[in-house]
Amino acid sequence: MTTLRSSSPWRLTASGLAKLGLNGRALVIAVPMIWLLVFFLIPFLVVLKISVAEPMIARPPYSPLFIEGQDGWSIKATLGNYAYLFEDSLYINAYLSSIKIAFFSTVFSLLIGYPMAYYIARSPEPKRSLLLILIVLPFWTSFLLRVYAWIGILKGKGVLNAFLLKLGVINEPLIIMQTDIAVYIGIVYTYLPFMILPLYANLVKLDDALLEASADLGAGPISTFFRITIPLSLPGIVAGSMLVFIPAIGEFVIPALLGGPDTLMIGKVLWTEFFSNRDWPVASAVAIAMLVLLVIPIMLLRLAQSKQGDSA
Amino acid sequence: MKRTILMAAAASVAAGAVAAQDNVVNVYNWSDYIAEDTIEKFEAATGIKVVYDVFDSNEVLEAKMLTGNSGYDVVVPTSDFLQRQIAAGAYQPLDKSKLPNLANMDADLMHGAETYDPGNEYATIYMWGTTGIGFNYGAIAERLGEDYEVNSWSMIFEPDVISKLADCGVTMLDAPTEMLPAAMNYLGLDPRSTDTADLEAGAALLESVRPYIRYFHSSQYINDLANGDVCVTVGWSGDVFQALYRAEEAENGVEIGYVIPDEGALQWFDMMAIPVDAPHVDNAHTFINFIMDAQITADITNYVWYANGNAASLPMVDPEITGDPGIFPTEAASARLWGSKVYDARTDRTVTRLWTKVKTGQ
Repeated sequence: MTTLRSSSPWRLTASGLAKLGLNGRALVIAVPMIWLLVFFLIPFLVVLKISVAEPMIARPPYSPLFIEGQDGWSIKATLGNYAYLFEDSLYINAYLSSIKIAFFSTVFSLLIGYPMAYYIARSPEPKRSLLLILIVLPFWTSFLLRVYAWIGILKGKGVLNAFLLKLGVINEPLIIMQTDIAVYIGIVYTYLPFMILPLYANLVKLDDALLEASADLGAGPISTFFRITIPLSLPGIVAGSMLVFIPAIGEFVIPALLGGPDTLMIGKVLWTEFFSNRDWPVASAVAIAMLVLLVIPIMLLRLAQSKQGDSA
Repeated sequence: MKRTILMAAAASVAAGAVAAQDNVVNVYNWSDYIAEDTIEKFEAATGIKVVYDVFDSNEVLEAKMLTGNSGYDVVVPTSDFLQRQIAAGAYQPLDKSKLPNLANMDADLMHGAETYDPGNEYATIYMWGTTGIGFNYGAIAERLGEDYEVNSWSMIFEPDVISKLADCGVTMLDAPTEMLPAAMNYLGLDPRSTDTADLEAGAALLESVRPYIRYFHSSQYINDLANGDVCVTVGWSGDVFQALYRAEEAENGVEIGYVIPDEGALQWFDMMAIPVDAPHVDNAHTFINFIMDAQITADITNYVWYANGNAASLPMVDPEITGDPGIFPTEAASARLWGSKVYDARTDRTVTRLWTKVKTGQ
């Protein structure tokens, strides 16, 4: 008894934790793990649960997973909602169309973002910091408001048409709003910083000695750029492309506000299932399928990174 | 749209400010759908703080009602949506002893609303309107001739006619349950039919004019019509009149009209109801009763240009509004209006799928 009383509470706790196999390292890891559990895994399981239910007129509008019967609990689940995604070509077309729009948006972002990132990385301080701030500055305004601003720029009687008409470049206002072009403009504009920042982070580390060596060995600036700079910046290109491609696939707000009625994207299809059809189970199945679709590029990214780790 | 955002922003700021107090009523209504001073007057008269929030589609409201715990005390679904939400158990019966102003309501219209809510047990009419054609006089005259009279759905459903208007912008509501019946009615079919063949015929007609439609949206057209960015819209009566009013205010030379086409149009009721889990049931009744006050309803109609179901308010409504056949249709036109049909889940899916096909070609 006396020995127990003499030991301090702190020692008790520490030894207790040690008995449970916990130490400082585990505690540090626990925070992000709990975060993932609460904000990713549990919502995912809820969506998964709804995706195997059947729709009904009730609150909430789907059948329960667990049913209390006379002989205890039973589980009622169906895979019909997933099968339905293959029965109607709409869903596959929407996935393909989303991938197409996301892919070309990524290519445009890369073509525009690479020279910008390169220029920033090659700029001397303090100009470099100023340029970086300018890239991040738009985030200070709500994303939604910035998309609305594009409506004002692109619409029939908008800023762009007024400007071009005044210059005499065009005689009739261009119809850009409610077309796929407006969607591309919106996505590229919104996600460009996500392309530039990883590219910049990569290019700024580029060793000048390598470029000098290339020049010493007789390569011109263009040859050096394509044979030295681009291959070395590949991890930045991959990271930037993934950061643009993945959110662009599931994009809803931009096609809804800027796109036309025939802009088919999976985010809009999901909205229709959820709101117009009141079919939460099929909407959930669409969401799970989209998640699976997004996991594939993430796996490819990880594969590319681990390969790079091996070679380095 | 700008005003909608401002109102929503104001509502969320207000929500934060009054969270601590309990004497509030949380109202969820359509955007641009109340007089500017209504809430002020209610707060002055009752001392109950209003948290006012807006939506622009029945679907968004329905998702909140079906999820439950929305926190709203008074919501304003359209009649057919109301019927389904009642079936799902989303609303509580009104305590009519707390609603003495029900006596002001028009018996015929309340009877019409009974199609969706037998016995008017769960809801009372807020405003009602029709789904017809809004248009820009100048743009139509320029393209179809000075003598062209807008009085028929042929302007929308005949490719020969609508194709001439495509360059100045034609829009439709993004509401399949309103557009498909209009197309079916034009073909001489029953607009309330749930027969798949009839629905497909309506969809085929819509697809034939699809190339000339600028966009499908249920609130954007108010501003665009007023600014002259679009020239023809299939829209809700009061919204088109708001566009008319805004164009007049802006003095931008845009002159707007609204007609209920001769072939007929959809008549709908927006109904005030109390969610089953409303936190302030008494205040909700007080609010609904206040809105049914003759003068208050008249103020709202005078501001939003929608017809109301309040017989006692009509003497106080601007004669320009009561005299406009686009808002208060003539008896002959009333006879050609149809009510919306509530679809079962299967028909719902067919209708939505057909609508997606119309919009996207997929």
